[in-house]
Amino acid sequence: MTSSTSASDRHPMTGNEMSGESAGGMERHQYDVVVIGAGGAGLRSAIAAHDAGAKVAIVCKSLLGKAHTVMAEGGIAASMGNVYPEDNWEVHFRDTMRGGKMLNNWRMAQLHAQEAPERVMELEDWGALFDRTDDGLISQRDFGGHKYARLAHVGDRTGLEMIRTLQQRAVQLGIDVFMECTITDVMLDKGAGDPKVSGAFGYWRETGRFILFEAPSVILATGGIGKSFKVTSNSWEYTGDGHALAMRAGASLINMEFVQFHPTGMVWPPSVKGLLVTESVRGDGGILRNSEGKRFMFDYIPEFFKAETADTIEEADRWYDDKTNNRRPPELLPRDEVARAINSEIKAGRGTPHGGIFLDIASRRTPEFIRKRLPSMYHQFKELADVDITAEPMEIGPTCHYVMGGVEVDADTQESGVTGLYAVGECSGGMHGSNRLGGNSLGDLLVFGKRAGEAATAYTNSLGASLPKVDEADVKAAQASALAPFEVEGGENPYTIQSDLQQSMNDLVGIIRTGAELEESLTEIEAFKERAKRMVVEGHRQYNPGWHLAIDLRNMLIVSECIAKAALARQESRGGHTRDDFPGPNAEWGTKNLVVNLNAAGTGVDLHEKPLPVMPDELKKYFETPAAPPPVEPVETKES
Amino acid sequence: MAYRLKMRIWRGDKDGGALGDYDVEVSEGEVVLDAIHRVQATQAGDLAVRWNCKAGKCGSCSAEVNGKPRLMCMCRLSDFDEEETITVTPMRSFPVIRDLVTDVSFNYEKAKELPSFSPPPRDADNKRRMQQIDVERGQEFRKCIECFLCQNTCHVVRDHEENKKAFAGPRFFLRYAELDMHPLDTNDRRELAQDAAGLGMCNITKCCTEVCPEGIKITDNAIIPMKERVADKKFDPLVWLGNKIGVRNKDNEGRTEL
Ligand SMILES: Cc1cc2nc3c(=O)[nH]c(=O)nc-3n(C[C@H](O)[C@H](O)[C@H](O)COP(=O)(O)OP(=O)(O)OC[C@H]3O[C@@H](n4cnc5c(N)ncnc54)[C@H](O)[C@@H]3O)c2cc1C
Ligand code: SF4
Ligand code: SF4
Ligand code: FES
Repeated sequence: MTSSTSASDRHPMTGNEMSGESAGGMERHQYDVVVIGAGGAGLRSAIAAHDAGAKVAIVCKSLLGKAHTVMAEGGIAASMGNVYPEDNWEVHFRDTMRGGKMLNNWRMAQLHAQEAPERVMELEDWGALFDRTDDGLISQRDFGGHKYARLAHVGDRTGLEMIRTLQQRAVQLGIDVFMECTITDVMLDKGAGDPKVSGAFGYWRETGRFILFEAPSVILATGGIGKSFKVTSNSWEYTGDGHALAMRAGASLINMEFVQFHPTGMVWPPSVKGLLVTESVRGDGGILRNSEGKRFMFDYIPEFFKAETADTIEEADRWYDDKTNNRRPPELLPRDEVARAINSEIKAGRGTPHGGIFLDIASRRTPEFIRKRLPSMYHQFKELADVDITAEPMEIGPTCHYVMGGVEVDADTQESGVTGLYAVGECSGGMHGSNRLGGNSLGDLLVFGKRAGEAATAYTNSLGASLPKVDEADVKAAQASALAPFEVEGGENPYTIQSDLQQSMNDLVGIIRTGAELEESLTEIEAFKERAKRMVVEGHRQYNPGWHLAIDLRNMLIVSECIAKAALARQESRGGHTRDDFPGPNAEWGTKNLVVNLNAAGTGVDLHEKPLPVMPDELKKYFETPAAPPPVEPVETKES
Repeated sequence: MAYRLKMRIWRGDKDGGALGDYDVEVSEGEVVLDAIHRVQATQAGDLAVRWNCKAGKCGSCSAEVNGKPRLMCMCRLSDFDEEETITVTPMRSFPVIRDLVTDVSFNYEKAKELPSFSPPPRDADNKRRMQQIDVERGQEFRKCIECFLCQNTCHVVRDHEENKKAFAGPRFFLRYAELDMHPLDTNDRRELAQDAAGLGMCNITKCCTEVCPEGIKITDNAIIPMKERVADKKFDPLVWLGNKIGVRNKDNEGRTEL
């Protein structure tokens, strides 16, 4: 069999482009900017770098178009004001900061709120087909924690629309894409002065062959870490590669104790446990009930959100049609609040037969409405659980969904502490503080993707001809380290270690944490690290998932350690971090971030506290006055 | 409840291979991909398979299950008899890389050949206006998750390697139709679809529609209307009528032919 394309400059087996020097079993490529990751963040960065004049490569572990972004459902938060003209960046900024319990990097939250609308419009310029309002504008839907209906969406498959649009744009621009290629190390020039990025090293998944990118700017856009937990909405790709790559290159991570457990994941059947049920179900009218049939969220409204949350069923139900005179239903509190409430109900013995809680939209909306607004949820439950969500309630429970923590970056450029190394999207930290609002990730990818691509290009250009050099000794070391699992004899299967780690993180560093359990988890992680040294893989280097996992597992371990360590240090409960032994937020802790680095020996994690950046007075004012008056009449109904 | 499933999984690479027999424990509610993963985790660590979302959203896990093109993550074991042996083979129309993983670069090459969306400037207030009803047709096509099962199934290229050069395949006919029906696009891709993309080679057998996991009516809603538009390009009575009675019809007006 032959591939349809000319064989000469392509890999004989995979059809991948193989141009460039290939000596010593390794190919080399030179680029101005290399983007690691082809989700929304990676694609948007690459497009920006290309537009700024850079020669840019995108590298990704899966095929193009399959990154996690494709799974996003609900929408992109942007205060375009199409449904509520009084919405603007200031309100969005305020919602974001409050959702993150004020621990966000204020500058990132500000830039995000200001720039998201134009970034969404660009998607439309590139061919995205968003759902419309009655007067033909991009429609916007309600989501937890957002004061106004603000999420641009396409049914419940917004991520697919976003990634396809960006992918088609990148293809149109002719940007080089290296698919099914995993980066294992960032290369540094450690010559004179501070270390600088000089490239990235990795392997083709198909062939196992090594590949070296020589580039002065590397943008990490590798997504999250959820695969370290047993119950998760995340895929195999989410092994925290970008987090770990950055740390090994000398950058620091911030806010790692904050992991978002989405309140609504599927709980049955076991094989889909953790699979996401979009928040849009609640935004569109769905409510939560326990096994006694009680709509329990009214019992869990925290002081912080009392003023803006309905306290009776009647008021909550009126809100969907009349936001002027009613407050939001408590089902639409930020995710951390809802997830904790569900957890408590289940613990108190009021769970469903499969250990979840009921999410009911069937009794509240017509089947036609549900199928139109939530087509992929309808499909997902029908196909995977034999449940017709237009006729019966869903069973749901919390699932590990998103990591707020990530590479510590400069707000304006997304540059990490290492010169030439940038991080954007879920693998960067700061923007979402202690808890991310739904819809704010997709906006984050676009806003900071563009900024990172531009900043990385500007930096590369500033270097002129004096480019940082790749150290050949480092290349040898990277090769040896990648191949190590083949050398071991009689060692352990990486799948077993991974599954033990997932169980341990779920049990000990999950949604509700205690000091004792976190200490236990750190001990267990040390033991996993020992076991991982003796991992063995069978077979050869060609498309060998066992080998790939063995390499990824090292990243999972270091990232897990960061989470457990930071969680143990933060003696309070805030956002995505809940300590049973320290319930409630603590004002003192509210003034600082936790920062983690790789220790000097490279074997573990060091941690220190860092004061939050100080918000300027002109932004502080949004948090002093009581909430702005409720909105006036919507310009159209939301059922468009 | 839990039972032992007999599976036959194709193992091999471009030089050939064979079905391997596996016996694996599975339980209620599981899908074929779960069984494959269990084989991988416990019996064949190097078994190559693509997947990401495990929810029918990413289109990575395409394969042929008992000869039928399917997404493995949406293929429930309860659809089969417990005694039945389930045979999983890679997609047949694409060259094998290893085991269940095929070289789908054909599709990425075809995507590059397609002229992209080209809109007019935004409205004066910097926004764009389109009616929901006008975007819905395109939205149906944009549900495509690029699983390439339709490409794998279409008889024009299945076992006809020689046709691949001149034939973009149903997934890309969908894309042509989507752009052609986009309320704002200013390009006319009809000639291109017909000639370069090989729309003419399709004889509307609808096999592609049958395997689409997204339930997109590829043939009825995209290919046939696209063929009609191509045929009617020279004289289109509807366009003529539309122009007469003032209905906006973009078929021939204001578009640049590509
Ligand atoms: C089910 C689900 C629903 C969601 N819904 C929403 C929503 O409605 N709104 C919202 O705002 N957010 C949502 N989110 C969150 C949001 O989708 C993600 O946070 C976001 O898509 C992450 O984008 P990213 O570009 O940072 O990473 P991704 O899209 O995950 O892309 C990561 C990329 O990095 C590549 N990569 C990783 N490691 C390596 C490596 N070592 N070498 C090479 N490449 C590598 C991967 O292959 C991939 O291409 C949802 C998340 C999930 C899981
Ligand atoms: S309808 Fe056309 S594109 Fe679809 S399978 Fe038949 S010949 Fe191929
Ligand atoms: S049209 Fe359907 S079958 Fe074809 S690639 Fe898209 S989703 Fe798959
Ligand atoms: S794994 Fe995504 S479609 Fe099957």
